[in-house]
Amino acid sequence: MNEMTLSRRSFIRTAVTAGGGMILGFVIPGVPKVLAEGVLPEAWKDPAGGAEINAWLTIDKNSIVTVRCPHTEMGQGALTSVAMMVAEELNVPWANIRTVLADANRHVTQGEVYVNMSTGGSNLVRNRHPHIMQAGASARERLREAAAKKWKVTRDEVKAEQGVLTAGSNTGTYGEFAADAAKVKLDAEPSIKAYGDWWLVGTSVPRIDVAPKVDGSAIYPIDVRLEGMVYAAVRACPVPGGVLKSFNFDAIKDRPGVIAAVELKQVKEKLANADLRSAIAVVADSFYRAKTALDLMPVEWDFGAGVQYSTEGMDAAARDLLGKPAEHFEAVRGDPLPLLEAAGDKVVVGDYYRPYECHATMCPPTAVAHVQTTGPLAPRVDLWTFTQNVAAALLVAADQSGIDPQNCYVHGTFQGGGFGNGNGVDVPRQAVEISKQVGRPVKVIWTREEDTTQARTRPPIWSRGITTLGDDGLPTAMLIRAVGEEKNPAYADRGNLNHPYMVANFRYERGVVPTNIPIGPNRAPGNNSNAYGLEQYIDEVALAGGWDPLDWRIKMTEGNERWQRVLLKMKEVCGFTTDLPKGRGMGVAVVESHGSTVGACVTVEVSRRGALFIEKVQIISNSGYVLNPRNAEEQVSGCVAWELSHVLYGGLRVQGGRIQNVNFDNYKLMRLPDMPVVETIYANSEDQWWGGFGETACPPTPPALANAIFFATGKRVRSTPIIQHDLSWS
Amino acid sequence: MSFSLNVNGASHDVDVEAETPLLWVLRDTIGLTGTKYGCGIAQCGACTVHVDGVAVKSCNVSAASVAGKTITTIEGLSPDGSHKVQKAWVENTVPQCGYCQSGQIMSAAALLATTPAPTDREIDAAMAGNICRCGTYPAIRKAIHDAAAMG
Repeated sequence: MNEMTLSRRSFIRTAVTAGGGMILGFVIPGVPKVLAEGVLPEAWKDPAGGAEINAWLTIDKNSIVTVRCPHTEMGQGALTSVAMMVAEELNVPWANIRTVLADANRHVTQGEVYVNMSTGGSNLVRNRHPHIMQAGASARERLREAAAKKWKVTRDEVKAEQGVLTAGSNTGTYGEFAADAAKVKLDAEPSIKAYGDWWLVGTSVPRIDVAPKVDGSAIYPIDVRLEGMVYAAVRACPVPGGVLKSFNFDAIKDRPGVIAAVELKQVKEKLANADLRSAIAVVADSFYRAKTALDLMPVEWDFGAGVQYSTEGMDAAARDLLGKPAEHFEAVRGDPLPLLEAAGDKVVVGDYYRPYECHATMCPPTAVAHVQTTGPLAPRVDLWTFTQNVAAALLVAADQSGIDPQNCYVHGTFQGGGFGNGNGVDVPRQAVEISKQVGRPVKVIWTREEDTTQARTRPPIWSRGITTLGDDGLPTAMLIRAVGEEKNPAYADRGNLNHPYMVANFRYERGVVPTNIPIGPNRAPGNNSNAYGLEQYIDEVALAGGWDPLDWRIKMTEGNERWQRVLLKMKEVCGFTTDLPKGRGMGVAVVESHGSTVGACVTVEVSRRGALFIEKVQIISNSGYVLNPRNAEEQVSGCVAWELSHVLYGGLRVQGGRIQNVNFDNYKLMRLPDMPVVETIYANSEDQWWGGFGETACPPTPPALANAIFFATGKRVRSTPIIQHDLSWS
Repeated sequence: MSFSLNVNGASHDVDVEAETPLLWVLRDTIGLTGTKYGCGIAQCGACTVHVDGVAVKSCNVSAASVAGKTITTIEGLSPDGSHKVQKAWVENTVPQCGYCQSGQIMSAAALLATTPAPTDREIDAAMAGNICRCGTYPAIRKAIHDAAAMG
């Protein structure tokens, strides 16, 4: 093993595309030479540089604008979205735009200059557009002011359009005035544009980061290679909550390449997010050698109390709770209980269940850390990691290493998916701790099995609806009783507690079952699984009262503008009908999540023997406005594939407190041949608000599918995966 | 054991255990990180490379077993991203997170090499071994048809 050599300058860079470009990387003194550089194509260039107008952007003398994106690019289009919003206000041609990932160290040490670097909850456009657009507007006004001073006119007389400043016969490029603009101080910052008053926002722009993703040059955490770097394979207790009892390093220490075994000690009893779990790591000179040695090393665990939990046990406990009043309740409107009691058995009852599901990011959790406690640059931490928040990862690195945050650097990379798991796993802590202990840069890779076992999965949900109907067939009293799990039972509330259907008497109750499995956000958390129950139940209630399911939803959301837009558009364009020959069916469902209201209309054909074919999925979306329709449609297609994966084939099984199906041979995901046709239809309010887009098409798709299957077969599919159900009919 | 691998037209001498999967030799020993690890059990296709022109899951073949054969990775598919599959991928902005796309592209390129104008059914068969968690499948299908049309 060679000793590490330090270079004073290094980069992680990827290709620049024509017409809008993407560059990753910063010049960071003291970072070990990144070997990955050697395999990058020739096309990459240095970041454009130029004058920094504010922390968000620089403009070079050729008017190339480099936008610094504080958010994680994990496939949702963060780089393109942030750049579009800045370019909108700055008013520069899209071809002049480049993007880089913003510097977390600067954010942490310079007063949170990027306001918030976390990436999740579909917040980027929805809730962060004011300050992102402000960065562009503030820069634009400084350019105008710089030109006004030079030309001795007022700022109002200077136009800033498409990268060019003009006032009367005076004209100049942004690049010419960038250095002066950087020195301008304004009495007051400008307002951002009114909603809808846009030239770029709302147009289709191809995503900016495609080129490096087709030639292997895009760098993900797993691709970072440093001089002197070693590799670690890790295993946390396979029964979450358990702890390491012993391990026998002597049994493997003579294997080729093996360097060390490192015990990772759990210090907190109750674990949150990235807290370190009890785990064992084997360090070697290649990942394959580390992984093989770990597999062969005798390890004993104290599994703890978690061994008592199983899917069957949790299911039995939850179904028992569905039949009992729950202590936790919300009396949303009126009191349905006397009416339901008086109705006796003349009630509509429906039970539903969806199991645990894993994010299964294609790039499993990985981190590369280099902790320096001695040497000319010490103390210092460099970290490349799976994350959805580089600033939070930086603080994790500081905490685990004991090194001041100002000496910690988290370097941006692409992420091979995130889906909510990016802030929930302890891989950055593991890498920092192992690097600290072995005194070298180290790359920690979770195997797929480790990921599925240790990810903070989506929690299961059980629910029951009980409703009584009036003479008009519409509900007079409704009770929704959900059962969640103990780690975060409030996920059960989303959409169940706050659905928009105006039933005069409505009560929500929530029970809880114990478990040891860690859970966390997972693309449209809560709504994703909860909607499967609620939106099927709505169909059952509508049909029991003699109502068409779509007309019922329109009737029961009267006055709710956001929902009415979606439902009426659905009625107008989808051709929804319950009058199809048996074997064919259409189903609808609508869910509001992450600030958007999104409907799905699914058309299926089911053979007599029960073979399911999904003909078409139509998604009707109201997100207020759409930033980039092209990216929006790509996200819709992705959301549909995402949820169909789980609802058709997925479901994690728990036995003895551990996840049983931990790789893609038995945790099945959608593949190309099964992908249905997906259509995106907009029903936008365009009324001074912006909703999310990266996850909102997930929740309505499964219940719309199940409703379609019901009309095709007469069978109500009350749990997933659907593949386990017999859909045959005669 | 020591042996030589022919990767992207260059010869690399490596010294690894005979059973070491080609994937890890490409990534850790040779330093070609465009080929990705996804599952390690030949289920996701992120590690797809060409061995003598055939799409192979590199996590599932030992490096020693392909010594003497012609190995092509995503980095060697074209010198400048100009393979018709890469061009079609850019035009259709296929990648989202992008992690699986090296494997998708290698599978698609192998298909087109033997089947210049594939039907949807042939695309289904050739691409079923590659998982995309971002769900870019409709774009992949269209890009393959577009690449075929480039001739």
